[in-house]
Amino acid sequence: MATPLNLKELSKQELRFTSGHRLCAGCAAPTVVKMILLAACDYPVVVASATGCLEVSSCISTYTAWKVPWIHNAFENAAATMSGVETMYRALKKQGKIDKDIKFIAIGGDGGTYDIGFQSLSGAMERWHNMLYVCYDNGAYMNTGIQRSGATPTYADTTTCPVGSAISGKPQQRKDLTRIMAAHGIPYVAQASPSHWTDLMKKVRKALEIEGPKFINVFTPCNRGWRTKTDDAILLSRLAVETCFWPLYEVENGVTHITFKPREKKPVIDFLKMQGRFKHLFEPGKERLLEQIQQTIDTNWERLLKESSPEENKE
Amino acid sequence: MTKVVAVTGNEAVANAFRQIEPDVCPAYPITPQTELMQRFAAFVSNGQVKTEMILVESEHSAMSACVGAAAAGGRVATATSSQGVALMWEILFIASGLRLPIIMPVVNRALSAPINIHCDHSDAMGARDSGWIQLWSENAQEAYDNTIQAFRIAEHMDIRLPVMVCYDGFIISHSIERIEYIDDVVVKEFVGEYKPLYPLLDIDNPKSYGPLILTDLYHEVRKAHSEVYKKVPKVVLEVAKDFEKISGRKYGLFESYRLDDAEIGIVILNSAAGTTKDVIDEYREKGVKVGLLKPRLFRPFPYEEVGKALSHLKAVCVLDRADAFGGSFGPLYLDISASLCNFKEKPVLINRIYGLGGRDYMPEHAQQVIEELQEISKTGKIKILKEYIGVRE
Repeated sequence: MATPLNLKELSKQELRFTSGHRLCAGCAAPTVVKMILLAACDYPVVVASATGCLEVSSCISTYTAWKVPWIHNAFENAAATMSGVETMYRALKKQGKIDKDIKFIAIGGDGGTYDIGFQSLSGAMERWHNMLYVCYDNGAYMNTGIQRSGATPTYADTTTCPVGSAISGKPQQRKDLTRIMAAHGIPYVAQASPSHWTDLMKKVRKALEIEGPKFINVFTPCNRGWRTKTDDAILLSRLAVETCFWPLYEVENGVTHITFKPREKKPVIDFLKMQGRFKHLFEPGKERLLEQIQQTIDTNWERLLKESSPEENKE
Repeated sequence: MTKVVAVTGNEAVANAFRQIEPDVCPAYPITPQTELMQRFAAFVSNGQVKTEMILVESEHSAMSACVGAAAAGGRVATATSSQGVALMWEILFIASGLRLPIIMPVVNRALSAPINIHCDHSDAMGARDSGWIQLWSENAQEAYDNTIQAFRIAEHMDIRLPVMVCYDGFIISHSIERIEYIDDVVVKEFVGEYKPLYPLLDIDNPKSYGPLILTDLYHEVRKAHSEVYKKVPKVVLEVAKDFEKISGRKYGLFESYRLDDAEIGIVILNSAAGTTKDVIDEYREKGVKVGLLKPRLFRPFPYEEVGKALSHLKAVCVLDRADAFGGSFGPLYLDISASLCNFKEKPVLINRIYGLGGRDYMPEHAQQVIEELQEISKTGKIKILKEYIGVRE
């Protein structure tokens, strides 16, 4: 029987990502990884990591935080690497050399997923490998020092698109990777957030039980990059969800379900004002930029409501 | 026991793959390699092999998938050419750094720009310091034989390194030649069952692959890694000895042709060695003491053995089918030069660049080189140290 996703039962489970890793204090990535591995607690798993914060901080010299088999190859190829592992598993299983039911999880940051690893991810999904790809999206190249990525929100201050007298941070929109992955027609795509941990873990568990390629995009605050307090990762994740900056939804076999609808959609400024990377937007004369961000969120949320299954819309 | 057939080089190597049945083969098409994996894919489709193919979206992903599959704990092979090698370049170092015994035929082709699909050695030469063992092959028979031996060398417990098997695009890959195939059972027995080392799929004994290692230990890790290459020549020779027993064909670290009593010599890789040997025979009949050295194990390069084999000569021309731009010499020349630099008695060396982008290497090119070497051995004077030959006027 599957381990129930409640604190009483989960607290009895062994953590397969240990403390002693060297991620920053307040980083949400290890929280997300622990949640993923706890959700997968009923299965043996193999994990592949793209180069990035999580990777460089979790396996250094002779020390590793991974109590599961783990492989890091390069920056842009976690999906392709895992496609090799998963195919070897199928080959050896077919030959009767392995009998266990093993699950395969690739994890990359937004740089390694939205940008440099996008082709590798798209290819692996199209080839229908039985694997779950998780993107921990912290909205910039944090490992190299907060450079702009395809996931960086509009007007965020980054070191490669810094706020200056001529430019107010990143001028372009974020790439909507979750929708792009859904467009691959794969059986399961979801957006999750560590603030809504049962939702996140349910999604991971559901994904692991589905045959074929799966993708989950997880909102992962970074206090160094966002210029926020070290103890606000979960609060920021919650605000991202409640403002609909990061809606929680899933696309299962092409059908969209919103898994959490805020009772009252909060204004995006509640989310933005806590972060140093958006500080310039609260200077006089920048009201238009804030309005623009709000408008984009409203448009995207309305579209998501329309796309979600009719049952959801009746609520 | 053996079967004589008339096949292309690619078909011969595809047949070696069929006989060996790697567990996983990631593949991406590129001319002139394509025919090899197409033929192998037909064996997969017809259920003749147990192999699982991964038909990836790029060579970068092909090599990335090779790394994942090999670390998972099984036998892995792929193949490529030219731009494919260039695109894989980053991951080639990771495959060797992680000590993964991946086999990759490289069907040698020129690099862009300008784009050109025909043979030269720029692709494999660009990857010569990536930590892969390189075996070079004169003809389809050698490509087939080297492919079979490559698995034994790569998977040897003292080595555990990836191997490239290089053979000339079109000239060998697409020309039909007489080949002796070894029996399937004999090949299978020769290669043996794959022995995994620290497989990722050993769930009960989790291993972490690909750590971060900084200034405290990186230098030591690389030193330890470099020591492994010293063991390669011995293993290559052991495997060659066993291979001779099943095939009757002898292989060494390099081939010496009429070299022992020679005064002048040519060093050349792959298919052009065949043409050169014919021309050497003509000159030998005229009483000219000329010989040839054809490297087989190009990485790790057997400097000592090659130096000893060439040191007695008066003049040597190293013919490179790849240039090193920026005023340097061809890659083969640099290694031959390094092999000889500490000998007191050594030949005068010249470097000639030939056959780029599939320009034919003709008997008259070998003749031109031999004439020049005769002149140098008489006068001791070099007119031009490095020059292109076979250039259209």
